[in-house]
Amino acid sequence: MITDKLTATHNFLEELAKQAGKAAFMPTNEIGLALQYLEDKGIPNNKHEDYKYCNIEAILRKEFKTIAGKEIDLNIQDWMQKNKCADAYNICVVNGKLSSDPKDFPEGVSIVSINNAPTEHLHNHLAKYAPSNSDALIALNTAYADRGIFLHVTKSFKKPIVIHHINSSEGNLFFNVRNLLVIEKNAEAEITEFYHSSTQKYFTNNLTEVFVGENAHVNHTVIQNAGVASYLVNATKTHQHKQSIYTNSCFTFSGALVRNNLNTAIAAEFSETHLFGLFVTKGNQLVDNHTLVDHLKPNCQSNELYKGIVGGKSTAVFNGQIFVEKDAQKTNAYQSSKNILISDDATVNAKPELEIYANDVKCSHGTSTGKVDENALFYLKARGIGEESARKLLLQAFAHEVIDQLKNETIKERVSELFQESLQD
Amino acid sequence: MLSIKNLKAEINGKEILKGINLEVKAGEVHAIMGPNGSGKSTLSAVLAGREDYDVTGGTVTFNGKDLLDLAAEDRAREGIFLAFQYPVEIPGVSNINFLRTAINEVRKYKGLPDMEAKDFLALVKEKQKLVELDAKLAGRSVNEGFSGGEKKRNEIFQMAVLEPKLAILDETDSGLDIDALRIVATGVNKLKNKDNATIVITHYQRLLDYIVPDFVHILYNGKIVKSGGKELALEMEEKGYDEIKKQYDTATV
Repeated sequence: MITDKLTATHNFLEELAKQAGKAAFMPTNEIGLALQYLEDKGIPNNKHEDYKYCNIEAILRKEFKTIAGKEIDLNIQDWMQKNKCADAYNICVVNGKLSSDPKDFPEGVSIVSINNAPTEHLHNHLAKYAPSNSDALIALNTAYADRGIFLHVTKSFKKPIVIHHINSSEGNLFFNVRNLLVIEKNAEAEITEFYHSSTQKYFTNNLTEVFVGENAHVNHTVIQNAGVASYLVNATKTHQHKQSIYTNSCFTFSGALVRNNLNTAIAAEFSETHLFGLFVTKGNQLVDNHTLVDHLKPNCQSNELYKGIVGGKSTAVFNGQIFVEKDAQKTNAYQSSKNILISDDATVNAKPELEIYANDVKCSHGTSTGKVDENALFYLKARGIGEESARKLLLQAFAHEVIDQLKNETIKERVSELFQESLQD
Repeated sequence: MLSIKNLKAEINGKEILKGINLEVKAGEVHAIMGPNGSGKSTLSAVLAGREDYDVTGGTVTFNGKDLLDLAAEDRAREGIFLAFQYPVEIPGVSNINFLRTAINEVRKYKGLPDMEAKDFLALVKEKQKLVELDAKLAGRSVNEGFSGGEKKRNEIFQMAVLEPKLAILDETDSGLDIDALRIVATGVNKLKNKDNATIVITHYQRLLDYIVPDFVHILYNGKIVKSGGKELALEMEEKGYDEIKKQYDTATV
């Protein structure tokens, strides 16, 4: 049996190797490291601690036996007309490939395909924040990613950039996407990644490296609404320079599998990190959020709040790590994870992990999982509000904090709408 | 309006109400008094439709309808209002949004369209004044961080907005200082008219100085053991419940 599994994984990798185009943007030595790692460790299954609830190997073996998916052309202009966000710079990424022309973008902002990214930036940042031999999905991405975008911001701009991720394929498409976001010194950037709904079955192994320069402020919002048949591994590896602020807000509303690996390295003093998450799960969904905040230097702050509404027979995972390294004195680090179970068959696995090696720090974490408050429910009903509306009102109240902190009104409105929809059965 | 006949209810197999009989007509104010543990709060919870209690016998008719057959929300929509002894804090739901939802759900039940936004705001403004509720509180989350007095005032404010036919005030006086008590009572009195009725549940006579009852009932050990006019409340205040206890404890032995 074990041999069968290994063979299946091996076959998968071989097929992938045959199909994947050569990615010129990735240095050969990184590809070598990645392939070696894959050969040594294989694709993670539930025996790997980090992927205990998220058996990627089994999914690929069972659901993506063949990766014979085809990409289908899409009329971008029509799509954009219907779906673009008002008061924003919209761009379209189809199956991980930059597909619209960002010509109306403001000065100081450029977006190109990762294949056309300037060599100096690739040299300075690529594979620096996501070491090729640190995780099998990173290795897979490093070895086989042939698409993605490079976003470069040198000046502040007012309206948000919205990157629309759309799928257009048939069959079982599997692809690796590599993105690089570089926000230079003193720039302020509002970036939203929006994964739109599709009925197709496809697997995206997405990896985004983010560089936040000195005194740069970045609001990075990710909206995951890719449809019930989609599989998404989304790794975000952020590196923060001094006096920078990085805020990541991650909303997950649909997807058969969503695995987020969100790491932030606070690599210089007087920086702040804010991580927010909200997920609503139902059916047989698996939503697995792994976050890591690495405090490397003194006088920095991190704050994390993840909330989940978990229903149907779905499984949700929250694993939040905070490392406070020896050098990182005067660190303030807070983490909170709260979940509401709305069905008896749903499961939540929440695990905070703090590792503190400095002695002058303030850190705290807390996690709670419960049901809708029956007293509050009765109170609402006693005022004439029906069971369903009352439950919805309480769930809205629960999620409010995470949605309300979004600074941009257009994005906040879209997220609110999707959240409301996600509460419908 | 309300007719309770031989109502029996239990919680976790323990019988609390042991045969309550009560008639309330439009325009009346009834006070139900009694020592702790006599079943006062159980009665209000059973009337409001709290599911923790099992009704094991008797009937409750409200304006011709079998009340016990209705879900809590439908009882409210039919015009029953329970002012909670311990109003619940609901972080994240604003008072305004909560009230608007409540009003429109009641209207939907009656086949009416949603209330116009400006009419709703005018109504809120008017009723805020009536119960002297700080306008700031309306925008805040339901009862979150409210003082004891503010919570009770908020109950009366909701009552004013929803205009129930029958209001049940469950120990509304508990935890109130004399000023808050006066404001709450004034609100209740202003809302009183010939078409609605009020049941005031209280341990102390104090509240009845402000909300003057037409009838006073003494509840003890799950039964109404004595009924009378407002002077009965004063009598209880003077003598305490001990005499009642003595009389009925020996009677049941």
